[in-house]
Amino acid sequence: MIAAAPFASFGGAFEFIFTPQTSNVTGGKGVGGIDQVIELTLTQLEVTLLALALALVIALPAGLYFGHRGAGEFVALGLGNAGRAVPELALIALMAAVIGVGGLNLTVALAILGIPPILTNTFVGIRQVDRASVEAARGLGMTEFEIVRKVEAPMAIPSIFTGIRTATINIVATATIAPLAGVATLGEFILGENVYGPDGVLAGAILVALLALVLEFSLAGLQRLLTSKGLKLRPA
Amino acid sequence: MVFAMLAALALAIGISACGSSSDSSDTTASEGGEGGAAIVSNPDNAKVSLTIGSKNFPEQEILGEIYTQALAAAGYKAKSDLSLGSETVAHKAVQSGAISGYPEYASTALTSFFGLEPEDVPSDAQGAYEKAKAEFEKEGLTAFAPTPFASANAVGTLKKTAEKYGLKNVSDLEGVSEKLSLYGSPECRQRIDCLAGLEELYGLKFKSFHPVDISLRYTVLEKGQADLSILFTTDPQLSAEKDKFVILEDDKHVFPAGNIIFVTTPKVVEKAGPDYEKTILEVQKGLTLPVMQELDARVELEKQTPKEAAAAYLKSAGYTG
Repeated sequence: MIAAAPFASFGGAFEFIFTPQTSNVTGGKGVGGIDQVIELTLTQLEVTLLALALALVIALPAGLYFGHRGAGEFVALGLGNAGRAVPELALIALMAAVIGVGGLNLTVALAILGIPPILTNTFVGIRQVDRASVEAARGLGMTEFEIVRKVEAPMAIPSIFTGIRTATINIVATATIAPLAGVATLGEFILGENVYGPDGVLAGAILVALLALVLEFSLAGLQRLLTSKGLKLRPA
Repeated sequence: MVFAMLAALALAIGISACGSSSDSSDTTASEGGEGGAAIVSNPDNAKVSLTIGSKNFPEQEILGEIYTQALAAAGYKAKSDLSLGSETVAHKAVQSGAISGYPEYASTALTSFFGLEPEDVPSDAQGAYEKAKAEFEKEGLTAFAPTPFASANAVGTLKKTAEKYGLKNVSDLEGVSEKLSLYGSPECRQRIDCLAGLEELYGLKFKSFHPVDISLRYTVLEKGQADLSILFTTDPQLSAEKDKFVILEDDKHVFPAGNIIFVTTPKVVEKAGPDYEKTILEVQKGLTLPVMQELDARVELEKQTPKEAAAAYLKSAGYTG
């Protein structure tokens, strides 16, 4: 493909984000501007959180279970790695053909993208918990469920969160192509160059990147809150 | 659930693999009118390299291939670049010299590049061409005469939906459109020759608008997700499945019809010599609406490559041996 350089500028992109711009193809109606930006950002966030929730519901219990049992390494890691190899665009097109376009199809497709990192990191995190701690907990008379909840999961928090953060970034970035499957997200700016112009494309890219950073920092904060005091690295 | 997905994926890959290996024979002729004059290779052209572009959907890719293969037959060192994402990208590519030229709908050029309202686009092919050519020349480009066929967007629906609501013209949607969902390309929402025009010029409000990849424009109707979908008048499905899909008559002219004009630069025209324009005009003579539909069908329904469809056209219309 020829890189026909679009002549966008950061100044133009920021203007596009805050004030509607003229477009040749809309019959005089302005495009972009803060209202549309907010509307599309909220949709992208909504799609992302839904898909993340679905991925968590599937991958987190599975990772905890297999990790605790110390079994199913092949399934947890194999499925995890296989999942990463599925190209998202192909997945969305396939789902569109099987269940049709729209929010549900999209949520499932994006969740499939989020499952591998959560599953793999949870599994590995639980496996790496010191066996002596687990045995000690068992010796104290904890049930297997209590061991997972009170010993293994807290100690595996850093690894589990690495998985969740990776999944979130994957999902939020990929939700950009949702306008090809029935849901208008920030990708509309990027996919609609004829309407939004090169500045709109750049603005869309900037907004997606910002959204990804915001989510990343929020999760990092949440991770700090959830990490047990004894595990936190503190300056001596 | 995941396993079901993976199974579905495996299945679909299997199916598509079967689909793409379907016969690529070029024996079933696309009727190229009365047959054109065979293109003669001119050795003088061998030193000229041309890159023919097209936007990235089947009809454009077929046209890009037809021009590329015809120019190669005329002796040029011609190659194609069929992946330009939008008219804006294609326009810039020809301006910057990254491509030598590409086929564009005259109506798109007038509305998208030169800011005409859809109702101001001349309805006759020659008028639209002359206007577009004059505008292109102002910015240092030029364009060749139009193809016989024209293409336009259209509001399409299932025949049973049309019967249920008594829809014949787009204006019949008045009063029922609030109950109907419309699907179109991501750009459609804001375009005056798409949803924005339907809202403003017809005064229609739809229950919802959903953006989808244009390759899904029939899928969403078939799956029953869309009540209405934006189709193209050259779509092969419209003739192949007449009793399934219908398009509504655009009685207020929101969707201007556009014939293809080949956009290029005077510099390329001068460098390439007289065979350049001659070959392009000659080879597009056979491109009437039924022929274009038939070629679209080869790619969209029979899964031939644009390259194969273009070669079959050139051969059956007598342009190449």
